[in-house]
Amino acid sequence: MSNAAQVEVNDKVHAVVQQAINRHGREREGLIPVLSEVNRTLGYLSPEALSEISRQMRVPKGQVFSVASFYRMLSTKPRGRHVIQFCESAPCHVVGGREVWQALQEELHLQPGETSPDGRWTLVTTSCLGVCAVGPVVIVDNDIYGNVDRAQLPQILARYE
Amino acid sequence: MQVTRALVLVSSDRESMERGAQQVFERLQQQIRATGLQDEVVVTMVGDLGRHDALPMVIVYPEAVVYGPVRPDDVPFLVEEHLLKGRIAAGLQASTRELSGRIAWLSARQGTLPAERRIVLARAGLIDPEDIEDYILHDGYEALGKALTTMTPAQVIDEISRSGLRGRGGAGFPTGTKWRFVASAKGDRKYVICNADESEPGTFKDRLVLEGDPHSIVEAMTIAGYAVGANEGYIYVRGEYGLALERLSRAIHQAKQMGFLGRSIFGSDFDFDIHIHAGAGAYICGEETALIESIEGKRGEPRSRPPYPTTHGLWGKPTLVNNVETLANVPPIIRNGAAWYRQFGTKNSPGTKVYTILGAVNVTGLIEVPMGITLREVVAIYGKGMKNGATFKLAQTGGSSGSIIPASLQDTPMDFDSFARAGVSLGSGALLICDEDTCVVDLAKVLLNFFRVESCGKCTPCRVGTQRAYQILNTISEGTAEMDDLKNLLSLADGLVNYSNCGLGQTAAVPIRDIMRHFRAEVEAHISLRLCPTGVCPMSGRRVMVA
Repeated sequence: MSNAAQVEVNDKVHAVVQQAINRHGREREGLIPVLSEVNRTLGYLSPEALSEISRQMRVPKGQVFSVASFYRMLSTKPRGRHVIQFCESAPCHVVGGREVWQALQEELHLQPGETSPDGRWTLVTTSCLGVCAVGPVVIVDNDIYGNVDRAQLPQILARYE
Repeated sequence: MQVTRALVLVSSDRESMERGAQQVFERLQQQIRATGLQDEVVVTMVGDLGRHDALPMVIVYPEAVVYGPVRPDDVPFLVEEHLLKGRIAAGLQASTRELSGRIAWLSARQGTLPAERRIVLARAGLIDPEDIEDYILHDGYEALGKALTTMTPAQVIDEISRSGLRGRGGAGFPTGTKWRFVASAKGDRKYVICNADESEPGTFKDRLVLEGDPHSIVEAMTIAGYAVGANEGYIYVRGEYGLALERLSRAIHQAKQMGFLGRSIFGSDFDFDIHIHAGAGAYICGEETALIESIEGKRGEPRSRPPYPTTHGLWGKPTLVNNVETLANVPPIIRNGAAWYRQFGTKNSPGTKVYTILGAVNVTGLIEVPMGITLREVVAIYGKGMKNGATFKLAQTGGSSGSIIPASLQDTPMDFDSFARAGVSLGSGALLICDEDTCVVDLAKVLLNFFRVESCGKCTPCRVGTQRAYQILNTISEGTAEMDDLKNLLSLADGLVNYSNCGLGQTAAVPIRDIMRHFRAEVEAHISLRLCPTGVCPMSGRRVMVA
């Protein structure tokens, strides 16, 4: 990356972090809300973002990383344009979730936690999201698909570029 | 008072909103105005209406006709036919085949569900959760007024104690006793925390309270604050519950404007304020000390107990932590008195319990019934029997941290004491009903996978124990295990129970012990006969490496 581009990236990270801290405060209590907001805005928590949060909130880098890596909704790795979450808890599992999960992995050629080479998909498993009355459940970004069977998968995936 | 001829309810839970409930609502408003019916018809958005197969759903009263799924383009026809011409809009009705227990108050269901009794969910689905006036109109903030103007803090605690209310998060600890501990703890600052980090698989009862009746939690926490001497409260909401977060923020804002939160509430000298903390995705944060660590901005790793949060909680101060469902019981108890509450449920577990029914039954959904009902009744009455006429094999209660209940125990009354005597646990209220196509090894594998992923990793017995147990269950399901592995599995279970720091590791042992106690022959068949009796396990004879 050229120097100019690097500076631009850092300026953006700086601004995003600043904004999050303005909203949630500089106290330690605000760390998780700040991390969540920066994660939402930038898509993930880059090393630059974590350093910037550490600097501005005066929390050691190690501690910022240890918190960031603990929570499932925070990501320290870049993600695809669309994140597919599959519920692997028992209520979905016993109503056919197992077959859907197999089919999903085959369809995408991805293992859990992986991002496709074209940056389109990230596939992750998740614990129960409380929509069990319509299991098996697949969530793409913020869209919830219930009562999914393997035949519906291509149609669902085709909706996302 | 304005007299209305018809009441139109639009479901506005998370799924409905994603499927265009907002547009349906706006279109209804437009269309009703366009036909000049605005003075006769009230349109309201009302959280979850209890069915998930036909969203967004519209219910029109007084006829109680259920329409769904309704698209914005269906609205003109619906308004024209039903509201103007007074007949059912043909073709838009939701199928009546799968009515869930949640809409038991529909006239269509009257008399068919004798036991359902609503205290916690009395308002959810009936009022507009975004409108404080609707809440006030339905007895809202009456209990807070009564507590602050006619009762001392000690009297409030006495009333809760006498009601016999027990914690609905799973452990069943007497709520009044917990309140008394916090009230008598020494400290200049105290806190009230509402545990809304609902993450037990199969459980979504708290979400419905938060989405459908958020003010009840604001009111209950304020009463609790008055009783224990706290001036600040935190609601720790699961990060994934976006709509609940929105509705709670709005409720708190409205309550502040109306003077139900803030300084000198009801003219008393009591001040109370509530903050919302959104989680970031971690099952362990439902454990109360992990939750406290998380609010403090740290990793959600449980503390060693004792000392308990009642004396050393948030920032080391005495802290009351109560579950959403527990708190939702508080205003009705204060309003109607302990004696009223005790007429529901059993002697040692008064009141109601909200259950989610899932799995191999004809009707899945959510019900609120008195404590003491049996599993057989739940399956037969509310689940409308087993799907495809299958045979009931077992129920898994209370998310991952509950018990596996075999058919032989299905007549045990579901209350804290009867379940404890039978050696099983009620857990959080999820009832996953499984038929004879369910393999217990496969089920235990899924449950242990959950624990191994969600273990916070702080203590070794849990971090390593859940992983090892999962590996052994995998070898059993692959047909490569030896009989000695069962001994190892049970000794791992003992290690989990005896040496884990918190409830997560301790309950991870439960599925292992339960399948060995109730289904030993089936487990052994996987090993001695290299055969999965239900045909679910792969039994490929491959040694699998588990990452």
